[in-house]
Amino acid sequence: METTALKERETQIYRKGESTFEITCNKDSLAGAVSQRACVFCGSRVVLYPIADALHLVHGPIGCAVYTWDIRGALSSGPELHRLSFSTDLQERDVIFGGEKKLESALHELIDRHSPKAAFVYSTCIVGIIGDDLEAVCRRVTEEKGIPVIPVQSEGFKGNKRSGYKAACNAMFRLIGTGDTSGISKYSINILGDFNLAGEIWMVREYFRRMGIEVVANITGDGRIGDICRAHGAALNVVQCSGATMDLANMMEEKYGTPSMRVSYFGIEDMSEALYDVARFFKDPDIMERTRLLIQEEVQKIYPELQKYKKALTGKKAAIYVGGSFKAFSLVKAFRLIGMDVVMVGSQTGTTEDYQELEAITDPGTIIVDDSNPLELTSFLKEKEVDVFVGGVKERPIAYKLGVGFCDHNHERKEALAGFTGMLNFAREVYSSVMSPVWKFVPRNTKGNDQTFKR
Amino acid sequence: MTKMPNYISTTNACKLCKPLGASLAFRGMEGTVPYLHGSQGCATYMRRYIISHYNEPIDIASSSLSEKHAIYGGAANLKQGLTNVTKKYQPQMIGIATTCLTETIGDDVPMIIKEYKRETEAANRPLLVHVSTPSYSGTHMEGFHAAVAAAVDQLALSPAVTNDTVNLLPGFVSSADYRYLQEIMDDFGIKTTMLPDLSTSMDGPAMLEYEKIPGGGTPLESIRQMGGAKATVEFGRTLGKTRTGATVLKQKFGMRSHRLGLPMGISETDRFFACLETLSGRTTPAKYADERGRLVDAYVDAHKYVFGKKAIIYGEEDMVVGLTSWLAEIGVTPILCATGGRSGHFAEAIAAVTDGVLAEQPKAYEGMDFFDIAEEAETLGPDLLVGHSKGYPLARKLNIPLIRVGFPIHDRIGGQRIIHLGYRGTQQLFDLVVNSLIEKKQNDSTVGYSYM
Repeated sequence: METTALKERETQIYRKGESTFEITCNKDSLAGAVSQRACVFCGSRVVLYPIADALHLVHGPIGCAVYTWDIRGALSSGPELHRLSFSTDLQERDVIFGGEKKLESALHELIDRHSPKAAFVYSTCIVGIIGDDLEAVCRRVTEEKGIPVIPVQSEGFKGNKRSGYKAACNAMFRLIGTGDTSGISKYSINILGDFNLAGEIWMVREYFRRMGIEVVANITGDGRIGDICRAHGAALNVVQCSGATMDLANMMEEKYGTPSMRVSYFGIEDMSEALYDVARFFKDPDIMERTRLLIQEEVQKIYPELQKYKKALTGKKAAIYVGGSFKAFSLVKAFRLIGMDVVMVGSQTGTTEDYQELEAITDPGTIIVDDSNPLELTSFLKEKEVDVFVGGVKERPIAYKLGVGFCDHNHERKEALAGFTGMLNFAREVYSSVMSPVWKFVPRNTKGNDQTFKR
Repeated sequence: MTKMPNYISTTNACKLCKPLGASLAFRGMEGTVPYLHGSQGCATYMRRYIISHYNEPIDIASSSLSEKHAIYGGAANLKQGLTNVTKKYQPQMIGIATTCLTETIGDDVPMIIKEYKRETEAANRPLLVHVSTPSYSGTHMEGFHAAVAAAVDQLALSPAVTNDTVNLLPGFVSSADYRYLQEIMDDFGIKTTMLPDLSTSMDGPAMLEYEKIPGGGTPLESIRQMGGAKATVEFGRTLGKTRTGATVLKQKFGMRSHRLGLPMGISETDRFFACLETLSGRTTPAKYADERGRLVDAYVDAHKYVFGKKAIIYGEEDMVVGLTSWLAEIGVTPILCATGGRSGHFAEAIAAVTDGVLAEQPKAYEGMDFFDIAEEAETLGPDLLVGHSKGYPLARKLNIPLIRVGFPIHDRIGGQRIIHLGYRGTQQLFDLVVNSLIEKKQNDSTVGYSYM
């Protein structure tokens, strides 16, 4: 098999057991490599997007807004302003003469029309070049409209997706500390880094409610501006998807002394550990007892069905390629729980520490990869004879074209995969792809016995 | 007529950006990798958007510019990217489209390519075609046509060697449409260069080996010979003075071109077939006469179900014009024709295809978004929506059928396999429209009729 990785990318691929662990990461994507990454704007947009009562105005030409219109499964229990795609749709004359006036008028128009609780104004590449003063425009509109109007420094080319997460955190940090915190329980938390895909944050909140813990702000799934403004009143920040929102937790710790912990809600093991960690933090025996009972009850509910899937799936092989690597840890464990072997795992934006941890928890021979691309991914799928590939929409056709099963674990999915119920959904989804009878027709399983693959 | 009232902001746009159209057009050329000169996000977002429609891989390369390149220019990254794409994909051609970022920082792409050619060896280098597609002017359709024009301009050999082919420039249609058009041309015995051709490259079979660049696409050798063809047929009533493949051929080679509407419905398809009869010197093959005959028969069978139903049609300008022509001829009343494009020729094209068919001209507005369309819908009270899947929230709100056509279709499978064109495509769309209206009537009825 020919080498599929460009020389410059070789240090971003590691095979466990072949040498001492070393991987290059957190660097700009290589030109021409067809990275699966997006941009700074994308990073900001994914983090802030689920805040449902805010106006999300994309200042730029139409593309950035239209490609992010309602693309995520982030649900809201109330307003759904976040599902609309607002743009200033900059035209050539705006690029020449500046887009500030258009932006200001658009903000007035949209705020009058929708009465949002706040507005986020996203910079796109071009705004960073033509030099529109977003701060000034936002300040003026804030004064006139009486709601926070916050610029998000998300020019696409100024870094990668991680810089976009940071910009989103900076934007939210401006809100925190402005709300009234009276009446908040001493047993209280903020949920950071859950985006309420398919209603996941509602499940997690329900667990915390049963434990006797108050959730002050959802950051950002089913999020509300008012809650975020008083988030500094919570006793603890519980951070999932740490790549995206850890910056905010750190800023809050520094300014308000709010401690934080990293958790994951994927898989029985990590979900249970998350709840126990939070219970331990509050050092209250009643909370601990309720937590224990909750976990016992929930695990009992799903265990029998899970065993059925495990029996069928044992020994099958899985590959994982996701945005943030923290999710990958949980997935490795979740696959183990249903008897499957993870043979490849990678992410768009992992850090050295993340990859070190992946190296520690995976089996020898596992491929670990940073910022991969279609050609590399297909070569890994073939080499490892993978049965199911976990990724997002961009990875799906890569798997399917080769006749490999697929499970969508990205922000666009419509299935809840978090929590105890989510573990069951995950197993069910993997099962329904791996066990499908259609694979018997695909070329990789018919090898020469039909004509379809010869071209 | 432009959109009214004229809002400043855009909500839920009814158009896409220019480089997306260029990327798709390049994907319909043999052995070609589309390459966006800009920041990484553009390529990734567009891939995601396209994949959700086609369920097919589409690798779009990017020069992945970062902050320092935006200040000092993107030439180095553009060149490095070309080298890397060449190494990894061994393409026959790289189709380079600019983005708003690189247009605004003022990168001179033709000059950078010239430098690159000086610095590299021709033997190891794919063909390089470039097109300027700043997303702040025009839509994905302008990008699509610009990429086709660029390929013709930069590849067609001059002076040309006369040959007996016909160039067919269909614009942006489904993979099944390209397949059907090829079948028609073959049945007329017309040797054809169809540019682009997304029939296989975006609707390919399951594979044993991942194809770095999917097979299919217009052969580059055929594009080279386009200047010597005997005529060019191009679809698009709203193209006006847009620089297209046909205008380039006319200008450079003095080639005769036939500009027709997208062949949707009987009237527009008849015009296309008449043109093919002239070009081939043959009468329409029996197969198509039969398709037409069955279609007329179906029109008659179902005419009462559709008569007087009010439709809102939206999407790309030429697609909307074709759909409007067809819907008007079956007795549906188009009440609003809406597009996000701004060709300046939309209303006149709508008028041309409905003249003498409709008692009253539908509203035909350019520069519309879905906020505008929804606002108009409130007073117009449509019975159905016809367009891509982005009209779904509105159809749901109004509780009326949405007939999914064109691009994108993100909430159903098989968008690339819908045939829109010719008698065959019209037949399929006709059955779909009729059955959707019947289903609506059946579901809304308290009786539960089992004959409709």
